[in-house]
This record gives sequence, structure tokens and C-alpha cells, in this order.
Amino acid sequence: MKPPKPATSPEMTWPQRFLIAAVLAWFGLLILGPAVALVRRAMEPGIGRFFAKLAEPDAIESLWLTAKITAAVTVCNTIFGIGMAIVLVRQRFWGRRLMDGVLDLPFAVSPVIAGLMLIILYGPRSTIGSRLSDMGLPIVYHLPGMILAGLFVTLPLVVRSVAPILEEVGSDQEEVASTLGADWWTTFRKITLPTIRWGIAYGSALVVARSLGEFGALLVVSGNIIGRTQTATLYVHDQVESFEPHGAYVMSTVLAGLSFGMLIALEAVRNRTHRQEYGAEESQDPSVERKTIRPTRRH
Amino acid sequence: MSSTSADRPVPLGGLLLRWSCLSYLGVVVLFPLTAVVIRALSAGPVRLWKEIVNPFAWHAIRLSLTTALVMVAISVVTGTATAWVLARYEFPGKGFVNALVDLPFAVPTIVTGLMLVALFGPSSTLGVVLSGFGLPVIYEQSGIVLALLFVCYPFVVRSVQPVLENLDPAEEEAAATMGAGRWLIFRKVTLPALVPSIVSGAGLSFSRALGEFGSVVIVAGNRPLSTKTAPLYVYGEVEGFNVDGAMAVSLVLLTCSLISLVAASKLAERQG
Repeated sequence: MKPPKPATSPEMTWPQRFLIAAVLAWFGLLILGPAVALVRRAMEPGIGRFFAKLAEPDAIESLWLTAKITAAVTVCNTIFGIGMAIVLVRQRFWGRRLMDGVLDLPFAVSPVIAGLMLIILYGPRSTIGSRLSDMGLPIVYHLPGMILAGLFVTLPLVVRSVAPILEEVGSDQEEVASTLGADWWTTFRKITLPTIRWGIAYGSALVVARSLGEFGALLVVSGNIIGRTQTATLYVHDQVESFEPHGAYVMSTVLAGLSFGMLIALEAVRNRTHRQEYGAEESQDPSVERKTIRPTRRH
Repeated sequence: MSSTSADRPVPLGGLLLRWSCLSYLGVVVLFPLTAVVIRALSAGPVRLWKEIVNPFAWHAIRLSLTTALVMVAISVVTGTATAWVLARYEFPGKGFVNALVDLPFAVPTIVTGLMLVALFGPSSTLGVVLSGFGLPVIYEQSGIVLALLFVCYPFVVRSVQPVLENLDPAEEEAAATMGAGRWLIFRKVTLPALVPSIVSGAGLSFSRALGEFGSVVIVAGNRPLSTKTAPLYVYGEVEGFNVDGAMAVSLVLLTCSLISLVAASKLAERQG
């Protein structure tokens, strides 16, 4: 699957070996070392203590809340992400460029600032916030606020994974289908959906990974009340603050393991997308590969 | 590209889809942003300026900018080197390294913080050795740079690597035939081709680093006028119910972040 490499002599010179060694050393010190150190710290008191810590009610509750938020965020942003990608690529209307720009804004906004925005809009002192909480629907410091924070932070991911594929494929097949009398829903189900399904899978996997690990926005929005509004990442923070490093290390290891799993899943999906979209041949156009493979990095 | 569907009037279903999607975008992204802008306008520029030049806020902003710049300077070199090694050489463990380059994107930022404390912290062997040399990392400003290096590691690698892999070897070979040395070829032929991707990776890293919170909160120790970065300051002010102060610093951060993203993409376009 790799593009042809420039001819390099099989025998490496010493400067080349030195460069490889330097890169490996840097990678080991910066990425691998810390990851291994974390797992070792979590396992230090023994595997029994590890699971005992994880089985504590606070830890279980926090994982459950994280699961709920992740599920809600993934469902909403996947459905609307597909919709927004279709609107963005297939429709021409006034304000489309603006929509394109606004879509990427969450990438430029610090998570803490995202939380601050929600507090300003829905906080107890704002008009909307106090109105909604009078109606029995408090947003900030409660689950809806945390879901909104997750939605904000992960909004671009599915759109940016699906839109390039839609653009690449073009609308010819969809045109044919509608000329043959298929209504838009049939066209979507039979033509569009099969083409973009791996893009959707890739985008939603990114959403899952990102919302599992979201911290800054949630910290600002949640008020951090134990048991009720504590997610797994907030639990880690809480354990650090209360000088319980072992609990923090244990939960961090679980989160790191989950995200590592997502990384492997993403790798698999990425290979599938590539194979499906471009067949067995190698893609000649580098931008094609970059668009499908690294959708999050398009700004 | 294909504009045939765009020229026809959009069917009702399409309009419905458009409006529901635009409303969703409005509720999730645009409303909160507008709320901040309205709130900022009602506070007035004088009030905001006072909040920005408050010594604590000013120090936090400067610290964020400096640490991000130092990180970008290091990351550009290490990232290009990593991309180069991954694209050009075969060596044992290459697949493993290539897969794990993305790890910082997948790992939650607060977990990143704990990883770094586990390896470099005062209770680890490495941490003790480092402080023995008078170079404590964790809870110091150098710790912030370290956290940013971890978090932003993939940006430069992943923007340079595909360009390097798809680079036409003919030019390099031509230069070599004409007797140019490796270093000269790299400087005069390869590097100029890589500059746009390096610049865009650097811009993304810088923007990300300015807003980084989770890892820094664990690693930096959060001391005002010493290791408190701008996002940490914003969080502290929100907790202390000083929304104007939080907002003023947020606006500065947002502006810097947007400028770096736009500048990087413009520069990359012009170079390319």
C-alpha cells in the first residue's frame, strides 16, 4: 500500500544510523517511556489492588457517566455530522463558506474556553440558563451541560472525515439514481451511505476517543461534584487533588488502554477506507491519501 | 467539482436537511460563541484591557506564548527527523513506532500529565536524577514544554511524512548525479519541498499548545506568576467567579490561536 520509496542504498552510513538512533531515543523518552511508567505505577501495588481500586463505587460511577456522555455525543454528532457533510458538499447556498469556517472553530478553541462559553450562555446567571433551570432543565453543572461540552469539542470530526469522501466520489451515481426515479431517502440509503460508511466509522471512532478523554471543558462545566457529575477524567483529577496517586494511575491506565484500543481500531478502519475508495492500486495523488487518512488535520 | 446537482432547485428534503443541520451548528457552536462576544461587548474594552494587563493574567499569557514557541521550535526539528526516518529508512520496530506516533492524539490529555509525572516526577528514579543535576522538570516551566512536546508530537510528523513519501526522487537523484553531497541535497532540494508541510504542522501545534489544559494542569503545579499558563488562569478565574477576567484572557488566546492557524495555512499555500 505504500508509495514507491526513493532508492536508498541497503547499507546505511553512520550518520544515518545515528539519526535513526536519535529519533528512536527521542520517541522512547517522550512517548514510550511515560506510557510504560504509567502502567508500572498503576500495577506497582499488585494486580489485586489495581482491580480493587477500579471496583470502588466512585470509579465505577465515573466510568458509567463517561460511557453515557460518550454514547450521547457520538450518536448526535454522527447523525448530524453526516447531514452537515452532505449539506456542505452537495448544496450551494448563501453562507456555505461561513458554515465551512464555523465547523472548524472547535479545533481552535481551548477546551477550557469551550466550557467558559457554555457557562456564559447557560450558566445560572444568564437569562437562558435561569429560564431553563426554572423549567426544571438545568444545563450547567448537570448532564446536559456535559453533553453540550462534548458536542462542541467533537463537532468537526465526523464532518471532516465524511466530506472529503463525498467530494472525491462526486454526485454522478446519486444523479443517476434520482433520474431513475429513486427518492432522496432511497438514494441516500443505497448509494451515498455505502460509499461513506468507512468515513463515518473513522469519524465516529475519533468522536468516541475524544469524548472519552475530554477534560478541560467538562471540568469547567461540571462543577465536579463527587458521584453525580464526575466523569472518568474528572475522577483522575480529583484523585490527584486529594493526594491519592494510585487511584489516578489506575483510572489513567484504563483510559489509556481504551484510547490505545481506539487507535488500533482507527488504524484498521483507515486501511479499510483506503482499500475501498482506491482499490488495490496505489493512490497517485498524495492529497487524496491525506484527505481520507488525516481528516482531523484539515483546517 | 460536480455542480450539476447544485444548479437544480433543491428538493424539500434537502432544504429540511440544510436547515436542521444549520440549526444544530448554531446551537452547539455559534450560540455559545455569540454569547461570549455579546458578553465581552457589554463588559466594554476598557474593562477587558484592565483584566488583560493585570500582572497575573499578563504573565499567564506570556508564559503560554513562550512555552508554545519553545515547543514548536523543538517539535519542528524532531518531527521532521521522525518523518524522515519513517519515510526513508527500514529498521526494526518501524511499524511499531509508526503506529504509536498517533498515541498523543488518542490519549486523554490528563492521562498524558500523569504519564509524564510517572516517568519524570519527583518520586521516580529519573526525576530524582534530574533534580540532582539541578534540572527538575515536573512542576517547573520546563515541565510545561515537555507536556506540550508530548501532546503536539504527531502534528509535524503527520504533516511532513506523506509529503516525503510522495516526493519525486528524480530531483534528489539529479542533484546527487551532479555531485552534491547528502547535506547539500537535503538543504537545497528536499527541505524546500517540505517547508509548506512543516509550516502547517507548526501552526497546528502552536494553536493546540496555546489551549492545552489537561496535561499542563497535572504537570505544571499551577503556581501564579511562575507555572500558571493562560488556560489554567482562565479556569482559576471561572472558579473564582471572575467571568470578565476569564473572558478577556480567553479572547486573547482565541485570537492568537486563530491567527496562527490562518497564517500557517496562508504561508503553506504560498510556499506550495
